[in-house]
Amino acid sequence: MQVTIKYFASLRELMGESSRIINIDEKSSVDDIWQLLKDSKQVELDNVMATVNMEYVKNDKELKEGDEVAFFPPVTGG
Amino acid sequence: MLIEIRKEPFNGYKEIEHYENNLGITGKFGATASFIGSMRDFNDGREIEKMFLEYYPKMTEKALSEISTTAKKKWDLIEILLLHRVGNISIGDHIVLVSVWSAHRKEAFEGCRFIMEELKSNAPFWKKEKTSIGENWVEKNTSGI
Repeated sequence: MQVTIKYFASLRELMGESSRIINIDEKSSVDDIWQLLKDSKQVELDNVMATVNMEYVKNDKELKEGDEVAFFPPVTGG
Repeated sequence: MLIEIRKEPFNGYKEIEHYENNLGITGKFGATASFIGSMRDFNDGREIEKMFLEYYPKMTEKALSEISTTAKKKWDLIEILLLHRVGNISIGDHIVLVSVWSAHRKEAFEGCRFIMEELKSNAPFWKKEKTSIGENWVEKNTSGI
């Protein structure tokens, strides 16, 4: 199944892209795809905020076809 | 309730006055609490020249709306005005404005503070500072409590 990945801020720069569509296995979790995406980069999900369809989720959240998954560093607005 | 992401500079004080004058709620509220966050020329002992504010279109607006709706219900707020800048920010620019109207001061103070603290913790914005020696992403917000 396909999901859309988005990166923001320092993570976008680290990953070298702002978004991409990827094919993943059924029942993959946010943590599963982060392990694939981070490749050799030493960035653990504990230090990254993750959302699915613009809602904050836990790392074990199971993904569905067409989900928009975003990864970004701690927020610094205001 | 008005929530807006602004790409151009705004004057928070004028925005409050303009919004209140157009609400038509004169006499219906007894308290207004406002917070304005401005761009400093220093951070962590370094001089800052400029700043860039990135956001997550649609999710940022959604997060601000959810925070405001929660505050409106919890403190029985009559009105909320929430503006936040994005893009290139200059020294002295207003970055964020939170203004709330309520019957009494307790609700106004607490509701305004709740919105600011929740925004700081959860709304997807990221600051990138430009100094004389280069650029860097701000890693975390200072605690407001």
